[in-house]
Amino acid sequence: MPELPIALPAHVPLSWYLILSVILFVVGAAGFLLRRNIITVFMCIELMLNAVNLTFIAFSHQLKQVDGHIYSFFVMVVAAAEAAVGLAIILTVFKNRSTLEVDEVSSMKL
Amino acid sequence: MNFFLLSLIKTGLVAFVLLTTLAYLQWIERKVLAHIQLRPGPYRVGPHGLLQPLADVVKLATKEGVIPGNANVFFFLFAPFFAVTLALTSISVIPFGPEIEVFGVKTNMELTGVNIGVLFILALSSLGVYGIAIGGWASNSKYSLMGGLRSSAQMISYELPMSLAIAAPLLLVNTLNFRDMVNAQSGYWLGVIPKWNVFAGPFPQFFSFLIFLIAAFAETNRVPFDLPEAESELVSGFHTEYSSLGFAAFFMAEYANMITVCSVATLLYLGGWQPLWPSSLGSDFVAPLIHFAAAGMLFYHAGQTVKSRTWDRFSFPAFGVIFLVVGALFLVPVLKPILIPLFWFVGKVGILLFIFIWIRGTLPRFRYDQLMRFAWTFLFPVAIVNLLITGLLVALQS
Amino acid sequence: MDALLFFLFAAIAVGCAINLVLQTHPISSALSLVGVMGSLAVLYLLLGGEFIAAVQLIVYAGAIMVLFIFVIMLLNAGAEKKPTRNILRAAVALPLLFTLLAIGAFLVASQTPSTDVVKFGSFLVGGHEIGRALFTTYLLPFEATSILILIAILGAIVLARKEI
Repeated sequence: MPELPIALPAHVPLSWYLILSVILFVVGAAGFLLRRNIITVFMCIELMLNAVNLTFIAFSHQLKQVDGHIYSFFVMVVAAAEAAVGLAIILTVFKNRSTLEVDEVSSMKL
Repeated sequence: MNFFLLSLIKTGLVAFVLLTTLAYLQWIERKVLAHIQLRPGPYRVGPHGLLQPLADVVKLATKEGVIPGNANVFFFLFAPFFAVTLALTSISVIPFGPEIEVFGVKTNMELTGVNIGVLFILALSSLGVYGIAIGGWASNSKYSLMGGLRSSAQMISYELPMSLAIAAPLLLVNTLNFRDMVNAQSGYWLGVIPKWNVFAGPFPQFFSFLIFLIAAFAETNRVPFDLPEAESELVSGFHTEYSSLGFAAFFMAEYANMITVCSVATLLYLGGWQPLWPSSLGSDFVAPLIHFAAAGMLFYHAGQTVKSRTWDRFSFPAFGVIFLVVGALFLVPVLKPILIPLFWFVGKVGILLFIFIWIRGTLPRFRYDQLMRFAWTFLFPVAIVNLLITGLLVALQS
Repeated sequence: MDALLFFLFAAIAVGCAINLVLQTHPISSALSLVGVMGSLAVLYLLLGGEFIAAVQLIVYAGAIMVLFIFVIMLLNAGAEKKPTRNILRAAVALPLLFTLLAIGAFLVASQTPSTDVVKFGSFLVGGHEIGRALFTTYLLPFEATSILILIAILGAIVLARKEI
């Protein structure tokens, strides 16, 4: 393995992975609060779930245990179920009200 | 030897061979289709149209690339690039032969050996939907959009039976690594019947192989499942608006996917580079004999040329000599351990590719609802039942 | 090499995440999210999670996000309209979020020992380990998930019927 020209640490501390996860989570949360398109809001939730998965995998590596991988596996399965139902709800809402703005879907009845 | 240098050499070699094969696969397809339909096929450029791929490349590269008005330019250009990148990447985990030694350097005949080869291929093929869906959407044309939508639905649907079909032979070989998989399929029952997954195990994976092939037709958007690019009802689907290199990229992606899928089928079910019968019974001589037979046929026909094909008098003997030399190479003891496994692997992949082309020349296109019903109400349950039986028998055996 | 790959893909992930939030068109947002997921899969590989990286690509990028794109294309949803009254919301939310980010980063950095480095190859989780854990320790949650998925399928079918 040739030496890299720039001075970089050969390996990254675990905390950097966690900080990356914090950044992704906060960006997702920001999108969730600021965006109005219901599909984009949904995608921001997925982004937050992904950020959490990264911490699971990172801690799993730290503790040398398989459990973190299993948790994130379950998170993915639940996210798949959530996407199926959530997108079906979005389709129904769009069919009935022809809008995707979260703020306009504010009444129980049409 | 330096790891980087070795990887570079292997990558260059594989890329060169792969791209040439892609170009000539199209020539072979046109020739086979033409002969099925009793016509000569490409004939003008070079002897028997052999330089046609080159002419096609020049034609496509020099055409003007039209970007339709109101199209999303970034995604319009991104989609074919993405499709072809994924299709060419997936070949990197396919092993073509056993570990070999060239000039004292030991190396595996593959670009990279990953422990999760099968999953890697599945991941890339599931990402392949994006190229088509985005291409159809970004063209801003209703036919393209419908082609893209159909292809997303079709590829998601057929991915399920495909994954379930793949899971069954994985139970037999107990690994996700392609190389270990082929090694697990070595050996022969009673000395002659190969222990490939189609034949072997507590439950022969013949049905799984058929399901995989059918799903592979749908995944690569080939006839009879080529709904996404149906010329007659959707003008030609997701690539209607593409011309020049964008069109060529989609085309290349389709053919590269075909090669990958056939290679995976060979590795999973047909024992990779394991010969059909043991080399103690003379399977090593199949390769040279086939080449010598081809050379003989060429020499025979060189003397029989009709008057309108005067060139054949020179080109046939030339190709005959090439076949003779290649056939003789298989007999050289130094090259034998490299070429014989490669011959078996390429031969099996070639037969599967021929089946792809043959079916294209034979079957009509499915209707869209038939295609979906077939996937969900027939292929999917059959794949589950096959997986259950295999799992039960493997559990009983151990 | 590890560090280089980490920085490269962490930068791609953060860039794509910010792009997700800033883009007005849902398709651009969705593809940015696919970018985040792809780079996270590479980070999982760096952390030794071969199986989970492949599953991330197959399930998240290959199935869930395709479903999103499918729905967006089906609804033919255009770009989002200009925000009218969430400037106030942004003014309140963004500083709070940055505070949260700072606190989170500070806590993480102070709690985890910086001497522990992530070494590629020191811990590898392949299919065998995951399978063994799923079918022994986590058998009950695994079976419960299958029921959850069944319910989700039923729910999606009921919602997608024409009468509602």
